[in-house]
Amino acid sequence: MGLRKAALVGAALVSAGFAMAATGASAQNEQFIPGLVYRTGAYAPNGIPFANGVADYYALINERDGGINGVKILYEECDTGYATDRGVECYERLKNKGPTGAAYVNPLSTGITFALTEKAPIDKIPLITMGYGRSESRDGSVFQWNFPLLGTYWSAADIIMQHIAKKEGGFDKLKGKKIVLVYHDSPYGKEPIALLEQRAKMHGFTFTPMPVTHPGVEQKATWLQIRQNRPDYVLLWGWGIMNSTSIKEAVAVGYPRDKMYGVWWSGAEPDVRPAEGGAKGYNAAMLQHGAGQFAIHGELKKHLYDKNKGSTKWEEVGEVLYNRGLVNAMLGVEAIRTAQKKFGNKPLTGEQVRWGIENLDLNEARIKELGLEGMLKPLKVSCSDHEGTREGRIQQWDGAKWNVVSDWYQSDDKVLKPMVDAAAKKYAEEKKLPVVDCSKQS
Amino acid sequence: MFYREAGQFKTNYVADQQIFPVLQDRLFVLAAIVAAFVAVPLFATPYLYTEILIPFLILSLAAIGLNILVGYCGQVSLGTGGFMAVGAYAAYNLWLRVPEANNLIVVFLFGGLMAAAVGILFGIPSLRIKGFYLAVATLAAQFFLDWLFARVKWLTNYTPSGSVAVGNTSVFGWKIDTPDERYLFILAFVVVATLVAKNLVRGHIGRSWMAIRDMDIAAEIIGFRPLRTKLTAFAVSSFFIGIAGAMWAFLRLGAWEPLAFDINRSFQILFMVIIGGLGSLLGSFLGAAFIVLTPILLNQLPGWLGVKMSTALLSHLEFMVFGAMIVFFLIVEPHGLARLWAVAKEKLRLWPFPH
Repeated sequence: MGLRKAALVGAALVSAGFAMAATGASAQNEQFIPGLVYRTGAYAPNGIPFANGVADYYALINERDGGINGVKILYEECDTGYATDRGVECYERLKNKGPTGAAYVNPLSTGITFALTEKAPIDKIPLITMGYGRSESRDGSVFQWNFPLLGTYWSAADIIMQHIAKKEGGFDKLKGKKIVLVYHDSPYGKEPIALLEQRAKMHGFTFTPMPVTHPGVEQKATWLQIRQNRPDYVLLWGWGIMNSTSIKEAVAVGYPRDKMYGVWWSGAEPDVRPAEGGAKGYNAAMLQHGAGQFAIHGELKKHLYDKNKGSTKWEEVGEVLYNRGLVNAMLGVEAIRTAQKKFGNKPLTGEQVRWGIENLDLNEARIKELGLEGMLKPLKVSCSDHEGTREGRIQQWDGAKWNVVSDWYQSDDKVLKPMVDAAAKKYAEEKKLPVVDCSKQS
Repeated sequence: MFYREAGQFKTNYVADQQIFPVLQDRLFVLAAIVAAFVAVPLFATPYLYTEILIPFLILSLAAIGLNILVGYCGQVSLGTGGFMAVGAYAAYNLWLRVPEANNLIVVFLFGGLMAAAVGILFGIPSLRIKGFYLAVATLAAQFFLDWLFARVKWLTNYTPSGSVAVGNTSVFGWKIDTPDERYLFILAFVVVATLVAKNLVRGHIGRSWMAIRDMDIAAEIIGFRPLRTKLTAFAVSSFFIGIAGAMWAFLRLGAWEPLAFDINRSFQILFMVIIGGLGSLLGSFLGAAFIVLTPILLNQLPGWLGVKMSTALLSHLEFMVFGAMIVFFLIVEPHGLARLWAVAKEKLRLWPFPH
């Protein structure tokens, strides 16, 4: 009867659960890289193109070069659904795989980054949080294992504020203006508030943060408030379905889209397309690169897509988030390459890769060699600066594609540096962490 | 053949009032506890500790707490996540602001007590509101507490992102750092808490809860005061849930945000109680095991079997199979997994000669 069947199913599951033995050891000359992605859930529309970009770059390195200096990349995905506890489970599941364990981890969620920040120093696995994560973690003397490469949220907010100030004719013209931040009510969305409050104090504009709860489809009340207050600018810190909902609500209450500025996670095709014509004029910060195809995409076509080995349709290659996945994977691979110069061309441990990221130095020539010319500016990571570079531009959606509408901005370190130092110091004191003296590092 | 109480005579009241009157049951439970304390640490890997055993134990404790309220006292609650959050943030604030109290036992008990106080507060409407309506009223607790921890900056020590972190935790100078230390500490806590819960539910207080559950008017007529009975159920239930919340935050996550205790957590624990078995402590453990472990197993099973499939398909399959399993178990045994266990024991008594 049913009972016996149930017992059998249960017994099978339990025995499988305790047979935790990892799948057999694979070839020794492989570098394992875990991928925490989300191809399901409320954030999947944005998670999928990113994950495809990452997977394709690793596949390209294996196909074209036979790995990193002969060390094949072993890449395994785990679906987190953007949930912190599931992300931590994925991390624990994957961290010891491969001959040397995980080279580094891309948590791909600020919430998961916060949780893993506690674990990384114990497991000795670096976190590459490209364009997300804790803003103060760029201070490598306290956050030795965190690398918010290419930019933090404080940099993003500062770049957007600089752009707005430029449009208004200088920071002094911002006095008395009203700026609203519509943000995802999670660590991710709250990150820029500290900087915007600081800027508001400096320049005398009123700053109002307005939270939107996960997953962000319920925003009517927020936009009603915006309609009443008529702020001069609306900044958008959303992700996934929340972005397109915000733009649609802006259309509904008649808020001008060209006064809206999204962070770089609110500036991709899945965010603006659902609003159709309504998104025209909407602006977003760029994490250096934008959409479009460059030399690297030709390589992808030749080695993967012409052989039917790509992870998506060719039409989607070159979208903003796909490109971000490529860049993210590239930074990791280059870090491993850097580390190999010191430790030899063999699979490296997380600790060795950490050295590689900290000494990562991509100059113009190298970026051109990689086929990324036009997408990235040079970056140089150091012990005291785990961000590498903090430059960005603003792009605008014209109804069919993204256009770059600004020059390069660099976030103002006169404002940011004291904030980073104070926040990092507070973190170190609270957790009683040892602080590394960066001046003594070679 | 082996599971039979024939010949086990009870000659005094102590023997008659034991938790497990049958010798075989006693031995089995003792063996299980010894195995958990001694045998598991011999072979367990860090992954098994941190992702399987620790979440299982902590959520079992939360399920026990909710089972006291829903299963034993009949008051449906959807505020579990909120009460866990109270435990977590109360414990965090004590740990942060009173350096002398850096002892996990003190910190967790404080979290539990604060949760109990909040539980009593939100339990007051239960005197007037019943059944589904009470479930809706407890939703208010969930949303209010979510809001409180997201908005009142003092509670999260003014961190810019609202995410707080703890570290350097110890018990009487014993630093609890590694997965096995955490596991043993949680296990000890859960064993003691389960013992307390068991004795509560089989004693006078538990009987008063069950009387209220089965028919509140009759209970009132035979002399149970509904207000006091219901509020003790809310207090005890929230106390356990608060401790579970503090443990989840301190020993499972280490760094967390209010989202870790959102409405989904409430549903998750309510499902554990329903699938495990209402009004059964064993059911709380079985339900927690089912809800925590099955999705992880389903997600990894194809990998162990050597089947290659895409991450997305794997995740979707996980959802579908898990949903189907819930439906299957509820059809086979609507009273939960604990009832399946009880039926199995009945059959075992007759085996090998069923009539």
